[in-house]
Amino acid sequence: MERIPILRMGKYLLVTIQVDMHDRLAMQLQEDLTTRIAKEQSRGVLIDISALDIVDSFIGRMLADIAGMSRVLDAQTVVVGMQPAVAITLVELGLSLHGVRTALDVERGMKLLEESIGEATRAGADEGDGPGDER
Amino acid sequence: MPTRLSEIIRKHQQTLLSEWIAELKNALGRKLIKDAELEQQCSAFLKALEQGASHGEAASLDNAAWSEMKELLNNVSRSRGLAGYSPSETAMFVFSFKRPLFSRLRKDLSAAEAAEEQWNATLVLDQLGLLTTETYQRTREELITRQQQDMLELSTPVVKLWDGVLALPMIGTLDSARTQVVMETLLQRIVETGSAVAILDITGVPTVDTLVAQHLLKTIAAARLMGADCIISGIRPQIAQTIVHLGVDLGTVTTKASLADAFALALQRTGQTVIRVGQARKMKEKDGEAKDRKERE
Repeated sequence: MERIPILRMGKYLLVTIQVDMHDRLAMQLQEDLTTRIAKEQSRGVLIDISALDIVDSFIGRMLADIAGMSRVLDAQTVVVGMQPAVAITLVELGLSLHGVRTALDVERGMKLLEESIGEATRAGADEGDGPGDER
Repeated sequence: MPTRLSEIIRKHQQTLLSEWIAELKNALGRKLIKDAELEQQCSAFLKALEQGASHGEAASLDNAAWSEMKELLNNVSRSRGLAGYSPSETAMFVFSFKRPLFSRLRKDLSAAEAAEEQWNATLVLDQLGLLTTETYQRTREELITRQQQDMLELSTPVVKLWDGVLALPMIGTLDSARTQVVMETLLQRIVETGSAVAILDITGVPTVDTLVAQHLLKTIAAARLMGADCIISGIRPQIAQTIVHLGVDLGTVTTKASLADAFALALQRTGQTVIRVGQARKMKEKDGEAKDRKERE
């Protein structure tokens, strides 16, 4: 059975959707991705949909769902490379994907993840240092 | 019954032509086309009329014999429409022929015959006159349609302001069709230029109601899905009041009063800045001094 590959890049997972998404494939991806996030303790997920030129409401909801599941597992999701036609379709369907972060290409998406996760870890480190300084 | 119209026209072509042209010049008053062109059109008309009347059924223009006449009138009224004549002035081209023709008919024929021929001629000329008006109108409609299309394309330019910053100065009312065009061109340009910030300038949008606001928000949502941020600029004080009074929720969209403010914000977001030349030189010198000091230490 065909599957969508999930690649590990350091702290992040990269999912490149290059085939037509049908519903069972989407469900499989959800399952695989959540398992991988939990196993590898990833902090960010990049979903590249630049090769996807047809979406329906199910795929749109699936993207939002993946973002929600990742957030629960403490990983941030960035959807990158959406085609203009896909963006228009999603908006017309009323799916604005609130809570999903977006970027123009993988490079910028990676930078976005670096920034937000870097800030989060730095903030965590500062808090840790705080009491030490007082002493 | 064969009409004698063609025979009379053939016999008196020159006199009819000169009388008619005098009549036409008198009726038109202003002059938008050249005399030579007018004369050429008139003589072509006479020839076509003679041909049509000699072959065809006088009352029906559907006959093939009139095809030359139809084509001629199409060309004439099209060129008049483009030259700026009014529809009545265009139709006058045909109707002004009645007077010279009828006086000629009365002179050459007996009273009964003249009345019969006059009626035939009136039927033909009226139909021809209507034909010119119809063509005139069609030409104008084509012109209007083309202008509408031009306006639609012209009014939605997407310009690149800076590396990674697009601007979309919107002019005119935003309806659904316009929004569709705006959205498509904007998204296409975002892909082409790889821009991360787009500024929607609504200085030229006369009114913003709930529908227009919804269209704006749709465009912004689509751009966001592709990974580009949008800033709305050019909101006039009255429009700010309207937006609040209507209870339109612009949500998390950043809005600025002027395009300049929006541009400054866009530069800041993309990590760029614009400074004066003198200031830049001073900063460079300072950097140099600091480096020197470090080296000495």
